Amino acid sequence: MTDRFSPGTRVQTCRTDPSHHSRLPRYARGAVGTILEPQGQHPLADDRARGLPCDPLPVYTVRFAARDLFDEGEHSVTLDIWESNLMPVEGAEVDQG
Amino acid sequence: MSGEHHGTDATLAAQVRHVEALLEERGLVDPAELDRALEAFLARASPANGSRVVARAWLDAGFRARLLADGNTALVELGLSMGGGLQEQRLKVVENTADAHNVIVCTLCSCYPIALLGPSPTWYKSEAYRSRVVRGPRAVLAEFGFDLDPAVAITVWDASAETRYLVLPRRPAGTHGLDERSLAALVTRNGLIGVAPV
Repeated sequence: MTDRFSPGTRVQTCRTDPSHHSRLPRYARGAVGTILEPQGQHPLADDRARGLPCDPLPVYTVRFAARDLFDEGEHSVTLDIWESNLMPVEGAEVDQG
Repeated sequence: MSGEHHGTDATLAAQVRHVEALLEERGLVDPAELDRALEAFLARASPANGSRVVARAWLDAGFRARLLADGNTALVELGLSMGGGLQEQRLKVVENTADAHNVIVCTLCSCYPIALLGPSPTWYKSEAYRSRVVRGPRAVLAEFGFDLDPAVAITVWDASAETRYLVLPRRPAGTHGLDERSLAALVTRNGLIGVAPV
């Protein structure tokens, strides 16, 4: 499986808040950020924790402006996010490679 | 997540013991082997490792560049590794500069580079630190007695997958001529987490 997103791509995180374990923290749900770098591929912990089959998926470092997460703050927050929890932002440049 | 702050460590320890007992009962782990693996890992896990990495990076620009580009590969040069657990964890070293400061947290649990920093301090695992540092890092740093220049931009690194983070602090002024050992002695655990200057 190749990386879908390249550094600099604008992405949005999933909006849904599942009842099971998830490595996408609630404060970052539905937020728009920028891919910093790929981190390689790892089994999705959300599935692994429930004993479901889980092939390794790309994980990315994603940078968010604090203002986009909390409506305040001048700092940045980065999170490590599995590809299945990210979608491209419409209208933003997406690497088709 | 429960709002209960007291006795969190004790509750966690009880849960871990329970899981361990179940694994042993089902023959999935050998208790003696588990003890040996944990002892061997913790014997090597110390903040002295992180301090050595930083001192070398301050003295050797080539090592510093390699460390920032690929932490795991650079560690091998010092005889260190992010292995020791079930799988090798990815290490990302983030560098403080005159304009940029970095702080580490794990808001979901307490992910931490144990191999380089030893077991994490209790406050790092507290709900107060984990929930507040992502929202207002400058105020949290001030509570640690660290009044960061308002012009310096802060990045908070929330370790939510398989990467562990280490802060490369700025080298203090007036340390020219010091050797690696003397420089390492200046580095503190809190400096490597990003809640204190060095």
